[in-house]
Amino acid sequence: MGEVIGSVDIDHLVLAAATAAQGATSRTVLEAVEAEFLGKRSELAGAHRSLGSMDEQARKSAGAVLNAARVQIQQAIEECRVGVEAAERSALLEADRLDLTEVVSSSIASPVRRGHQHVISQTQAELEDVFIGMGFTVADGPEVETDWFNFEALNIPPAHPARGMWDTFYLELGEPETVVLRTHTSPVQIHLMEDAVANDTLPIHAVMPGRCFRRDTPDARHLHTFHQIEGLVIDRGMTFVDLAGVIQTFTTAYFGADISSRLRPAFFPFTEPSAEYEITCTICHGEGCRTCSQTGWIELGGCGMVDPAVLHAVGIDPEEYSGFAFGFGIDRCAQMRHQIADMRALVENDLRFVEQF
Amino acid sequence: MKIPLSWLQSFAPFPSDVALLTAMLDDLGLVVEGSERVGEGLEEVVCARVLSIEPIEGADKIRKITVDAGGEPLVIVCGAWNFEEGDVVPLAPVGAVLPGGFAIAKRKMRGVSSHGMLCSAKELGVGDDQGGLLVLSDLVGSDPGVKLMELLGITADVVFDLSAEGNRPDAWSVLGVAKDLAARLSLEVTMPSFGVAAASGNATSTSASAANAVPSQCSGLTVTAAHGVVVGASPPLIAQRLALSGMRPINNVVDASNYVMLELGQPTHAYDLDSLAGPALGVRLAHPGETLVTLDGVERTLGLAGRGLGQLPEDLVIVDGDDAVVGIAGVMGGGATEIHEETSALLLEAACFDAMAIARTSKKLGLRSEASNRFERGVDPELAGAATKRFFEILSLTCPELTVDEPSLTAAGARAPRTLIRATPARFASLLGVDLDGETIGTLLGPLGFLVEHDGEFLDITVPTNRPDIRSMPLGIADVAEEIVRTYGYARLERRFPSWPAPGGLSQSQRLRRHLRAVLVGLGLDEVWTPTLVPETDAHALHLDEPLVTLANPLAEQERALRSSLLPGMLTALRYNADRRQDEARFFEIGTAFTHPDVASAPRSAKAGAGGGAATALPQESTHLVVTLRDNRDDATTAVALWWALHEALKLEEAELVQPIDGSLVPANLLAGHHPTRSALIRSRTTGVNYGLVGEVDAPVLEAFGVERGSRVGLLVLDVTLLEDSGLVPRRTLRATPVSRYPSSDIDLAFTLQNVTPAGRLKEALVAAAGDLCTSVTLFDVYRGQGLPEDRRSLAYSLRFEAQDRTLTDDEVGALRAACIAAAEQVGAVLR
Repeated sequence: MGEVIGSVDIDHLVLAAATAAQGATSRTVLEAVEAEFLGKRSELAGAHRSLGSMDEQARKSAGAVLNAARVQIQQAIEECRVGVEAAERSALLEADRLDLTEVVSSSIASPVRRGHQHVISQTQAELEDVFIGMGFTVADGPEVETDWFNFEALNIPPAHPARGMWDTFYLELGEPETVVLRTHTSPVQIHLMEDAVANDTLPIHAVMPGRCFRRDTPDARHLHTFHQIEGLVIDRGMTFVDLAGVIQTFTTAYFGADISSRLRPAFFPFTEPSAEYEITCTICHGEGCRTCSQTGWIELGGCGMVDPAVLHAVGIDPEEYSGFAFGFGIDRCAQMRHQIADMRALVENDLRFVEQF
Repeated sequence: MKIPLSWLQSFAPFPSDVALLTAMLDDLGLVVEGSERVGEGLEEVVCARVLSIEPIEGADKIRKITVDAGGEPLVIVCGAWNFEEGDVVPLAPVGAVLPGGFAIAKRKMRGVSSHGMLCSAKELGVGDDQGGLLVLSDLVGSDPGVKLMELLGITADVVFDLSAEGNRPDAWSVLGVAKDLAARLSLEVTMPSFGVAAASGNATSTSASAANAVPSQCSGLTVTAAHGVVVGASPPLIAQRLALSGMRPINNVVDASNYVMLELGQPTHAYDLDSLAGPALGVRLAHPGETLVTLDGVERTLGLAGRGLGQLPEDLVIVDGDDAVVGIAGVMGGGATEIHEETSALLLEAACFDAMAIARTSKKLGLRSEASNRFERGVDPELAGAATKRFFEILSLTCPELTVDEPSLTAAGARAPRTLIRATPARFASLLGVDLDGETIGTLLGPLGFLVEHDGEFLDITVPTNRPDIRSMPLGIADVAEEIVRTYGYARLERRFPSWPAPGGLSQSQRLRRHLRAVLVGLGLDEVWTPTLVPETDAHALHLDEPLVTLANPLAEQERALRSSLLPGMLTALRYNADRRQDEARFFEIGTAFTHPDVASAPRSAKAGAGGGAATALPQESTHLVVTLRDNRDDATTAVALWWALHEALKLEEAELVQPIDGSLVPANLLAGHHPTRSALIRSRTTGVNYGLVGEVDAPVLEAFGVERGSRVGLLVLDVTLLEDSGLVPRRTLRATPVSRYPSSDIDLAFTLQNVTPAGRLKEALVAAAGDLCTSVTLFDVYRGQGLPEDRRSLAYSLRFEAQDRTLTDDEVGALRAACIAAAEQVGAVLR
């Protein structure tokens, strides 16, 4: 027989509550137990009310006993709650159980509807196909790179202001600022060249499509995640004139016979001589409009002869081999071709947008 | 960089055709980002003297002004208050069209007719001040009726906004651009003269001292003292050119310094001689923690390592005779020694600092200036003398008493030897693809300051000092090749499509991905692109407790982690569409999922750090295919049907579905979010490799991503990388099986089977027993309920048999039927 307060046997009460909680088989039952033993009309609450008629000393000690009992009952209920919830979830899952080898094909209702490939992967495939037709293979590479592949081997040394040309996402891996989300697909060039040197499989004629990242606040024209395609040719006797020819052939093949290309001097650490690559404005066909700022030309990407420093970094002799590289945005091609006003539509995945392609 | 055409034309008679110049500058690699006509619309604006100012009844913001503009007095209504009777102000008369196209007409305001408009500097496009009228009273010659353009010495002009590339330090000046243009147009460049500053007769070496404690980072510090300085406004031409170039005119001394920098590309700094402790300037490294309050009033702490370029603590500073810091070299001067109204003597600093040193300090301090922009790109080490001379020429225009202590004093530093490039014309041709002989190369490079000498078949090309971007041999060959082709004209290049014997094509894995896309689109699914960068909470919602790959510098907290599963992005896409009343969608994505190297089954490692000298573990990158099905009544059964289609399309004959899922052998991110009792693993029967999952998304996960509770979402996940790597997709070409000419026979068999035994077990037994003559085993009915024990269900299969060479007899089919029944009994099935 434990302490009795206001005609309530406290120990007995705690025991009864624990037993009731343990017997509960559902959350509903457990909530009822909680109400019965801890609610406003519970015996414990009644005992609490009886404190008012006690003297201060007795009230203090009885109050402490009641509080301890309340905590014990709460704990008992909480302990059971975890079990009950797990059991309920398990019962729910059991009722839901489906033998996936028991599916009857005629029972599946499937509306007849055409699916849609994402405009970016469609564009990527179209670009790949044009380059495949021109004799290029297609290479892939990782999205997480080290500073060596993304920068240094591309003639962008550490602590060099040129690194500021790219706003870079750095990862919390390795030494600070050594692991990056690639800012361009150019590191794939380094992988290809290093592998070709190691396996003695030069020359290289490849394009590299892929996802890239730059730490720019997204707006209607830029997303921080975007897709790029780059080309690399390393072979004997490759010149700037061959680069200009490849660019022109690609331009008419992809954009149409009435679209031309031009090169103008530019600077990239990994090519020398370098060029900016522009095409006839696809909106006005060279007449001049708002899109091309009345110039009749729009900028597509960069290109140039692979810098001898890059060839040195991967162990290719610039006296024997020369080469060129070019790159531009897949998303930008899609934007131009389909006149996508706001690039953010590409990642919203709204069906009304997706279904247009 | 903004350059007024008139400034360019002061060096050579360039044409004024803006379109022609724009095309030419573009082709030279000096990209014209825009051009703006200025001074247009000012032709009609005249000086007007204010005769009287009267209030207008009922108006408290405007007043009635009567002016004398050289003819009859005119009444103008004006809202400005910064002038008095007798002041001279600009008047745009009726009929004038101000810059920006604002036409002035006769207007009536509060009953008073206004015959024109009195203008502010902003309205006229000659300054930024719009606080009141441009008051001209103090200018000599500001008589009523005088044209404003005459008074201010303004001519109509065109301002080009040019962008010069990082490898064109020479093009960061008006002179540099003029030289490029002149070379293209075969014009001579001549330096326009502003006169000569008077010499004091004393050399600066007798009046001041200079010290260079860091010869490796400062190739020369030139100091010149001058006296008789009167600080005031610059001449209108100087002030106007600065303003058009985007620099605010300050006073004649600062303006002269800025003018020289814009014109020649050499930053200089003038110190108030009397504020310096002794007539001395020196350059040294800052002591750790040294401070300086720069011109902009900000206290800068120097000489400390900081997040900049390479974490070096070094900063170059300019010090006075007491070794106290008075300037941050190449970046900004100190406030205490700046030129002020009472300055009468100055020390001019013109120096050449190491580009990396200035870039480092500028980045570390987060302080960029026109000077640091130029030093970062590389300043001609031989320019200090010419810049000093030009500075005093310009200053002498406003300081008739100016005397200069000539010659200047230079504390020399280490000077890199002149870059010499030695190559044959054929070497350049092998890069450029255009055959240019030595003479042509000389003609192309000569006007840019390159010295081209012939030595047998070789050319010895001496690089001018204003081209520090050109590297030494052998890398510099490419740099010079660019200069050759740039001046030759990219537009003139032939275009030749090269050919090579190797064919183009896709790799095996690229073909697989394309095939997957085609199959899924053919099945009516829509491809989505969901973010790579996701909140860390995405993984928590999937109960993925592995470490995540995270960004050190995310743009936003909800983009801190690299996704370890594509599922959250796809559920978010479902939610996005559901919020727009587009509840029904079937999506797929093929994309990269990342696994932290600490828990990766196949972590990558790659060269990292300076020189690629260290190896760093990198995340595992797997290509996942994830499908979420939420069309009408979609659930795990739809996912299974989709799986059948994929299974058939990819010829994944090895694959089987395994239930329940034992997660211990499967990468956690592949299993993420699946419904435990309504999903099955996709496993290779032969290798035991688990490479995917088919089923449903777990209800609490749907809830976590806001997909309406109660709806089911079918799920299919494939690790495409694993599928490729483990060779599960057969690479051999399919061999066609001939179609039988004989009729087939069907038998239907219904069994009861314990609920705990997967139907797949029974099917396998039937397939095995039915043998080679069986072409298909199809489940066509499942029944539970009345007439069956509670722990069993009925499964009805249809089996089709046929032979290539005969019609099967009833006996044959009967024997096969018996064999199938016997086999079924082995797995606990009972024929009904």
